[in-house]
Amino acid sequence: MLGLLGALPLLALARPARAAAATPLGFGDLYGAVSVLGLSFSDKVKALAGQPVTMRGFMAPPLKAEADFFVLTEIPMSICPFCSSDADWPDNIVVVYLDRAQTFEQANRMIEVTGRLEVGSWTDPHTGFVSLLRLVGARFERA
Amino acid sequence: MRATLAVLALSTALGFGFASEADAATIYPLDRATILVRSPFDLKVEFAGVVKAEDVKVTLNGEPAEVVLGKGFTFVEREPGVDASAVMLRAASLAKPGHYTVEARAGDDVKTVTWDVYATPAQPKAKNVIFFLGDGLSVAHRTAARLMSKGMTEGKANGRLNIDGISPVAFVGTSATDAVATDSANTMSAYMTGHKTAVNALGVYADRTKDSLDDPKVETIAEALRRTGGKAIGIVTTAEIEDATPAAVVSHTRRRSDKADIALMMFDVKPEVVLGGGSAYFLPKSVPGSKRKDDIDLIDRYRESGYALATTAAELETARGTNSGRILGLFHTGNMDVALDRLQLKKGTVSKFPDQPGLVKMTEVALEQLAKDPDGFFLMVEGASIDKMSHPMDWERAMYDTIEFDQAVGAGLAFAAKHPDTLIVVTGDHTHGVSVIGTIDDNKPGTEMREKVGVYADAGFPNYEDKNGDGYPDNVDVSRRLAIFSSNFPDYYETFRPKMNGPFEPAVQNEKKEYVANEAYKDVPGAVKREGNLPRSADTAVHAVDDVVLQATGPGADGFHGYMEESDIYRVLVDAMAIAPAN
Ligand SMILES: [Zn+2]
Repeated sequence: MLGLLGALPLLALARPARAAAATPLGFGDLYGAVSVLGLSFSDKVKALAGQPVTMRGFMAPPLKAEADFFVLTEIPMSICPFCSSDADWPDNIVVVYLDRAQTFEQANRMIEVTGRLEVGSWTDPHTGFVSLLRLVGARFERA
Repeated sequence: MRATLAVLALSTALGFGFASEADAATIYPLDRATILVRSPFDLKVEFAGVVKAEDVKVTLNGEPAEVVLGKGFTFVEREPGVDASAVMLRAASLAKPGHYTVEARAGDDVKTVTWDVYATPAQPKAKNVIFFLGDGLSVAHRTAARLMSKGMTEGKANGRLNIDGISPVAFVGTSATDAVATDSANTMSAYMTGHKTAVNALGVYADRTKDSLDDPKVETIAEALRRTGGKAIGIVTTAEIEDATPAAVVSHTRRRSDKADIALMMFDVKPEVVLGGGSAYFLPKSVPGSKRKDDIDLIDRYRESGYALATTAAELETARGTNSGRILGLFHTGNMDVALDRLQLKKGTVSKFPDQPGLVKMTEVALEQLAKDPDGFFLMVEGASIDKMSHPMDWERAMYDTIEFDQAVGAGLAFAAKHPDTLIVVTGDHTHGVSVIGTIDDNKPGTEMREKVGVYADAGFPNYEDKNGDGYPDNVDVSRRLAIFSSNFPDYYETFRPKMNGPFEPAVQNEKKEYVANEAYKDVPGAVKREGNLPRSADTAVHAVDDVVLQATGPGADGFHGYMEESDIYRVLVDAMAIAPAN
């Protein structure tokens, strides 16, 4: 569906009604302990699992035309790990599944995403992309 | 077809193989391959079209290949995704040194290549080999590191780097089999196998099928050492341990990005010392931070194989006392932080991984451990971020890491002083289009930064200071610093200053997959937007095609001379260790 992201006209960016109840979540809030042997989710993330949250970040360029998700990063990605074998994703990415198609936002512009927080390893069946944190049923707007 | 055949034969005799004929077969190893005697390689012939199995004939010096090699080919009528046939013979090897003419034919489709199979001397010159690889190490890195670390008075350097004491012995051509330009996979693969290959490929020739793990393999130096004797093997890097350069010591894939597979291949070889970043590919996918797509726990597998594990500099200090002879040190989930961030600015990911050892410490521990092996060792040490910081044109970070790399070479030289049977090689895998052109002086008049660039006599000398004597400037952000520029770049904001808030990210991608200037630097005082001269698909500055300088000292160093292909270097290494004498 990311193909549609680029192809469809800009949809109305009305903040979804449920956003009123969404809790703001920062990239710095995602993980508690960070170590070479793995990260552990923060208490805040564990408490918010399944709840609506809002996050601010940058949209990495679409992975593949057929993918229906995009990657939200803390800072703009200078190198697209999907295209370049020289780079890799940072540890603290969040994968966003939109509830309907929206137009791609420039990687230079901060966006605010609202969606339900999913916690735990999950492999996208179409792309094999493994994610740990997801915002599902999500919408975004310019921050 | 007779005329074509004659031309082919003539062309190979003259040493000018046709790069690829659209309608002829391709033989791997490619024309003019140099192959270590008895080393296993996969022989593959890709025919231009669909052929019949019974029409396929492959000969080596006129004898059927199956007879010479003692095994048969597997015939594939239609390769996956290709409407053409191929034959493959895995793990072939040639026991007799000499010149081989290889001919493959199926009907009208005929291809001839030549190979040189070589043996090493019977007597080793060196017991130990330390291969120092500065990723992207160009002449400008050496010059800038010397100026920043040692300073200069009246045109003479106030001190010398460790590498300044090692004679340059060869210019090395770094091109790939598919392009004059090159990346760190095919370049290091050529050093570590003796075969040139395509951009992005490691330990294989790049065949035409899509599968990245089915390509015709050649033997890596680590595999050759395991097959021929008891030398210990060490791999040390500041990058992810699965990154192209360390991966080339042990692995086989068409795509360097197959990092989860590379981690498994490294475990298969079990180098005695493995130190670097990239733990994400060692963790099962259920662990947050993992980049595997399976449940394999490589940390566990290493532990079960008797490795002492270290995840911080302090743990490395403990592990160096191990009597298991094996150390796995992983100090970051991804690439380790660079010296400037680790030692001075505390930016990048230093707050998450505050106790990473530097390249010097890792090199010292590796040498201490490997030296316990009575058979000697092969150690590869990579200064990875000379390249990783030159791509985004973060020159201060690239130069600090060059200084660190030089200090690691110093540790190698100190070892060799006590163990004179040690060959030390110092080289890059490719260059960058980088030059030092003068200074940038904040105290020159005006607000326009380009007017503060001092060239010719106006450059004067930079005012870095190293009062604490650690080899690094005490402060990177001095008022008269080196002016360093890249010959090639994407759209970006030139700030004329060191990036004090973290590594430079010059360009970001838009929805058309074009790289545009990263506006995060727009408001830096004096920043100017430069219109790129690279295709808009280029994310950062690129590798240069310029030769790299190779330096060597110790027994066997006399094997290097003049201009050499990157694939020629391997032969000097195995000659020095004499791992494959003629029978
Ligand atoms: Zn590079």
